[in-house]
Order: sequence, then structure tokens, then C-alpha cells
Amino acid sequence: MGLLYGLIAVGLALIFGLMDVVNFAHGEFLMVAMYATFFLFAFFAIDPLLSAPLVAAALFVFGAVVYLLIVRFAMRAKANAGMVQIFSTFGLAIVMRGLAQFFFTPDYRSVPQSWLGGKTISVAGIFLPEPQLIGALVSIAAFAGLYFFINRTDFGRALEATREDPGAVALVGIDKNRVFALGWGLGAALVGLSGAIMAIFFYIYPDVGASFALIAYVTVALGGFGSVFGAFAGGIIVGLVEATTALVLPPSLKSVGIYAVYLLVVFIRPRGLFGSM
Amino acid sequence: MDKHFAARRRRDLFIAAVLAVLAAATPLVVKDVYVQNILILTLMYAALSQSWNILSGYCGQISLGHALYFGLGAYTTELLFTKFGVLPWFGMLAGGMLAAAIAMALGYPFFRLRGHYFVIATIVIAEIGLLLFQNWEWAGAALGITIPVRGDSWLKFQFMRSKLPYFYFALALCCLAWFVTWWLEDSKWGFWWRAVKDNPEAAESLGVVVFNSKMGAAAVSAFLVAIGGSFYAQYLAYIDPESVMGFQFSLLMALPAVLGGIGTLWGPVLGAAILIPMTELTRSFIGGSGRGVDLIVYGTLIVLISLALPQGLVSLFSRTKSKGAAR
Repeated sequence: MGLLYGLIAVGLALIFGLMDVVNFAHGEFLMVAMYATFFLFAFFAIDPLLSAPLVAAALFVFGAVVYLLIVRFAMRAKANAGMVQIFSTFGLAIVMRGLAQFFFTPDYRSVPQSWLGGKTISVAGIFLPEPQLIGALVSIAAFAGLYFFINRTDFGRALEATREDPGAVALVGIDKNRVFALGWGLGAALVGLSGAIMAIFFYIYPDVGASFALIAYVTVALGGFGSVFGAFAGGIIVGLVEATTALVLPPSLKSVGIYAVYLLVVFIRPRGLFGSM
Repeated sequence: MDKHFAARRRRDLFIAAVLAVLAAATPLVVKDVYVQNILILTLMYAALSQSWNILSGYCGQISLGHALYFGLGAYTTELLFTKFGVLPWFGMLAGGMLAAAIAMALGYPFFRLRGHYFVIATIVIAEIGLLLFQNWEWAGAALGITIPVRGDSWLKFQFMRSKLPYFYFALALCCLAWFVTWWLEDSKWGFWWRAVKDNPEAAESLGVVVFNSKMGAAAVSAFLVAIGGSFYAQYLAYIDPESVMGFQFSLLMALPAVLGGIGTLWGPVLGAAILIPMTELTRSFIGGSGRGVDLIVYGTLIVLISLALPQGLVSLFSRTKSKGAAR
């Protein structure tokens, strides 16, 4: 679970690290990915595991489009820049939720028979539900891929460079908007991946994103905004804290543990565990 | 103090007085209960947004957790009333002071946080409050509290026969919030806030002074929002954690100011006057289907306005004077 939180959060961390924008529609991106997985399953009987790359690709396009249509303009604002970013992405979240309600109705849906649904596997006497296990493996693979991508490829370097000095980057012929759009696409693709896996074991409804979004923000902030590794570590911590709180407190209070740990961490380190500056 | 600023302040006060008188007279014309309800909500959100604007707009500390103070106001009033029989007026004051105290206690750790860290911490703290109230049996847990009917009087702050007393209280609260903002704008705090907002690093060198002015902003803002919360509780005669402390309240408080113009005197009022009737009307005319069309319209407007007019609708009116004064 923690690794999945990490995977949801890492897309957010990427976008933030890239251009200092927090995507307040992040949860809604997740919701869209879950619906996409559901419909691929319902109409074409494509198992979530197979549709994950498709959904990730679709979200990539979606993320890039959102950047080009909205975020690009939000970043141009001179006055109240922070507010404009927060509220334009918030507005987008509200629209997306409304659209989901309009087209898909507020009903709860689930992907009933995935290859993995409900199965468990026993490792050294501990029973693990298979979907969660696969989710964890996919997350680790995605992190490894992303890490490699950012640190070893030309595009990754272009991202870094654009973040550090957009002006100088323009001089060497890199189009800032293209790089940022690709970055948004990449962030959204990661959410797409998490959404596809989560569709296996969570109900899908228009507000589903909201419940995960706050945990994603906490995860990112815990690790330190802008640090992909921090988001990964933050995810693991959040997962562990959640599991521990569930032992002590009633289930309805399990997120309180996460929030409390988050507050504790930022009070001691206002920039998160792995945040710089 | 330059002349223009002083002149503008006098004019603002004059316009506000005229508007207040006009608003006070509307019930003479508007007898429709449905419309009166919209007017009351509009005034309430104008007051809430104005209060939110003190901390988040003037002082630049964007809070998306003000639902906590709203809920505290509502709960303090109603718990004191239903459990101990304390009159809502005292409950209102108690709720306001509790909220102000909590806001200041939270200020110690929170004001060290910058930007998004601060915003997320405020969301998180409100969410913790919500979860705790949802699990607090004595306070009615998730079911909430139904406020018993004890008659129709100003003493008990309950009115069955007419909405007018609620209307006048909401108007008074709105005027109070406006006047406090107006007054603070030209106070020492007001100048420090502008310093904090425009240049945090330079303001830092003023140290304690800045910190105290932030604390003041947090306390005043929370106090007024809590009063709004206890008003809302009395008005609806029913509260539950989600309906008074849910995240949507933090947003609903912020939106009128964002729409109208953050950190301006008239932004919240203008924003509420447009946004709240629009929300209510879209909800009752196209939202009835339960299919979210109202959300689509509403969200689209927020995106468009925040992108097209980052300084809010107020900037349309005051292109010339917004240069120095309105910020």
C-alpha cells in the first residue's frame, strides 16, 4: 500500500519539482485513470494489468493537454501566482468531478474479476493479497524507470535544465513549453499507472480521487517537495504509519496517524525529510 | 500617509455605509423566502470570505483549513447549548475565542512553513479536526447534533416564524468583518502584512513584529469565522461534522475572495455577491438532476476567472488606483 501511495505521489512530486506547481486536480487524474481501467475491462474485457500501460499512455496525453490548456497560462500570472495555480487546478478538479458524475453517475463500480482479484499468495507463512503485491512490484519498477529516465536520458537532463534556468535553456533551442508539457504528461502517466492497479481493489466513484489526493500531498510534503526519492520514501512511511495506526485506533481514524506524523515531521524539518533548501 | 490613500479610505467607508443601508432595506421589497435564504447565505459567505481574506489575502498566508474554525464555532455554540443550556450568544463568543486561541497555538509551528507546506498543513489540521469530531461520541459523532427548538426570541437566537432576524444578523456580521478589515488595512498590522506578503525575506529582518502581526491576523480571522460558524449552526438548527467542518467550507470561504480579488477590501463582498447566488441558482435549476452539471459550470468559471483575472474582478473596476493602494 505504501508503495502505491508513493507511486501516486511521485507524479505530483515530479510536477512540483519541475515547475513549482502543485496540481490540486491530482486526485481527479487518479479517478479518471480508474474509470478508464474500469471501462477497458467492462467493454473489452482487458485485465487491469494489461490495460495499465494503455491507461498510462492515455493519461500522458491528458496531462500534456492540461498543461497546454491551463497550467501554461497559470504560470504566466504575475500577480497572486500561488493563488492562480491553486485555484485553476482546483477548478479543474471540480469540473472533472462534475463530468464524472454526469457521464458515469455517482454509482460505485468495481472491476469484479481481475486475474488477480481476491487471490492471495503465501510467502514464508505470511499471506499477501496478490493485487497489492503486484502493485508494489509495479511501483518499484516504475520508480526505477523514472529514476533512470530523469538521471540518464537527454530528456531528463532537459527537464532538470529547464527547471534550473528556463531562459538559458531557450538559448540552446529547447522549447520550455514542450519540456514542461512532457513533464506533466509523465507525471500524469504515473498516476495512470497507479489508477489502473488501484482499480483492482478499490471501488470507483466520482469522488474517489479526493480521498487519495490529500494522502498524496502529505506523502510528497513528508518527503520534501521536488524530491522524487522523497516521495518514494514518504509513500513507504505513510503506508507503515497507516498499518500501525490501524492496530491501535478504530479504522475510521486511521488517517489521523498519517496526518499527525506529517505535522510532526514538518515542524521539525519545515521542508520535509529529503527537501532541499 | 498620502492623500489619495486617505481619500480612498473615506470613500470606501461611505460606499460601505450606503450599501449596508440598501441591503438593510431589501427585505422590504423581497418577501420571497427562497430569495431571502440566498441573501442570507450571500451575506454569510461575504463575511466568512472577508475574514479569511485577512489572514490569507492581506497577510499572504494561504489557509485552506478555515473550516476548522467554522466548525469549532458551530460545535462550541451547540454543545454548550444542548449539553449545558448556555445561551447561543455566550456560546458564540466562547467559540470565537476558542477558535482564536487554537489559531494562535497553531501559528507557532505553522508560520515557520512556507508556501505549499503551509497550505497543506492547514488542510491536514482541518481534516484531523473533522475526523476527531466524526469519532467523538459525546459530540454526536458522525450523526451530529439537532438543535432543540426553544422558542422564537433574540435571547435564544432562534427564529421560527421569519428569516428576517437571521438576515439582519448576517448583515451585521458582514459589516463587522468589512469594518475590521477596513480598520486593519491602515493599522500597523496592515503595513507589516503587506511587508510579509511582498517580501518575506526583508520582513524576516523585522522578526518578532512580523510574527506577532501574523498571529494577530490568524486570531482575528479565526474569531470572525467561528462567529460565522455558530450563526450557521443556529440558522440550520442541525450540524454534523461533514456539514460544518468539511473541506468544502475551506474552499467556499476562499472562493469569493479569489473571484473578487484577494487582499482587497471589496473583493470578498463582490465575489460573494456573484458567486453565492450563482451557486444556489445553478444548484436548484440544473443541479437538481444530481448529475453534476452545476459542478461543471462552477468549476469552469473558477478556472477561467483565475486565469483571466488573477487579481480578481475588483481589478476591472479599479485599474487606475489599484497601482499602489489596493494591494
